[in-house]
Amino acid sequence: MIEEGKALFIQIAEQIEDQILDGSLEEESKAPSTNELAAFYRINPATAAKGVAMLTDKGVLYKQRGIGMFVATGARQTLLTERRSAFADRYIDPLLTEARTLGLGTDDLTALLRERATAAASITASSAESEGKPA
Amino acid sequence: MTAVIEVQNLTKHYKDTNALDNVTLSIEGGAIYGLLGRNGAGKTTLMSILTAQNFATSGDVRVFGEHPYENSRVLSRMCFVRESQKYPDDATPRHAFKAASLFFTNWDQALADRLIDDFQLPMKQTIKKLSRGQLSAVGVIIGLASRAELTFFDEPYLGLDAVARQIFYDRLIEDYAEHPRTIILSSHLIDEVSNLIERVIVIDNGKILVNEETDAMRDRAVTVVGDAAKVDAWASGREVLHREELGRVASITVLGHLSADERAGVAASGLDLAPVSLQQLIVRLTQKASADSAAPTHESQEVR
Repeated sequence: MIEEGKALFIQIAEQIEDQILDGSLEEESKAPSTNELAAFYRINPATAAKGVAMLTDKGVLYKQRGIGMFVATGARQTLLTERRSAFADRYIDPLLTEARTLGLGTDDLTALLRERATAAASITASSAESEGKPA
Repeated sequence: MTAVIEVQNLTKHYKDTNALDNVTLSIEGGAIYGLLGRNGAGKTTLMSILTAQNFATSGDVRVFGEHPYENSRVLSRMCFVRESQKYPDDATPRHAFKAASLFFTNWDQALADRLIDDFQLPMKQTIKKLSRGQLSAVGVIIGLASRAELTFFDEPYLGLDAVARQIFYDRLIEDYAEHPRTIILSSHLIDEVSNLIERVIVIDNGKILVNEETDAMRDRAVTVVGDAAKVDAWASGREVLHREELGRVASITVLGHLSADERAGVAASGLDLAPVSLQQLIVRLTQKASADSAAPTHESQEVR
């Protein structure tokens, strides 16, 4: 769950972002506290606090005095915009590099992408009813 | 703002070795610190002197702004869990906890009871007859339940199995979150504690090699893997911590943070970037320090 070589607080922030993106943390709902994060990920509370601070700076979380941290309205949209613009850098560029190494051209890649997308869509459709949402 | 611990030019000689060599160190407090280093690096000596259980050859030590020696104002606020703590021959864990509860003003009996349960510690057996792991558990329980403002754990996990160590780490984080204080954790198991510690202090050969935030340490080095000629060309002019070769492939660990552009450049030239774990980094830094001090030009023991 936690990887090496990347600042821990960034990873904590990203894990919270993921939960907001996939809807398991809804807007205006209470976000996990620093201490809960520390206990769950087994990390120093100060590190968890740094991750949370990063999200408040971004306007994704906001603090209600005496109650805790909450997910801001519009947080999901903010994150979607941010992640989409990073998508090409993070996923497409490495994909193209590896494809070049293997001698796959753009057409091969496009065909492969279509094929996999169709397969994935049919799996999702068939397991959609049985799959429970993570808590 | 005063630091919890101030050490100035501290030196400790044993017969013919320098356990601590002119150490100057300031520990601000209010965090969990990792005190890391090889066997014989000086960790235990440093902690013993800070807790007034050993004498300095020269230099000055202040804890909570005062000298710790025979100073009950300071001593009652700190707890030192020694790796080889000695107890009276006929003492049971119950006796040890009773004594601790009288000495430490913040002692939390409920927490101690919970930990006794967690570690399934036999309370009526004499400590002498406990296993190494159970003996360590006694120390861990005292260290946590004393809730001292300044707590030292010196290799607290000896003989504890993986499950018991996890209990220790979990309880430490939980209790620290609710009752923030200064904790100094000396350990060899760097990978196990790397996520718990906020700051890393590495001591080597009686000298402080690193005193830095753990997060900052994490991206201080990177390993580049790929075609040996390309890797060497890339690494030239950089501070190389380690180099390995397998056939035509080389793996070089260099010191220094890479910018996003530099990372992209590495990827574009067909080389792979691999992260360096805190443990690897400390091992490499320590090896480099001893290589540097062996070489005639030991200019750079400064590692920043």
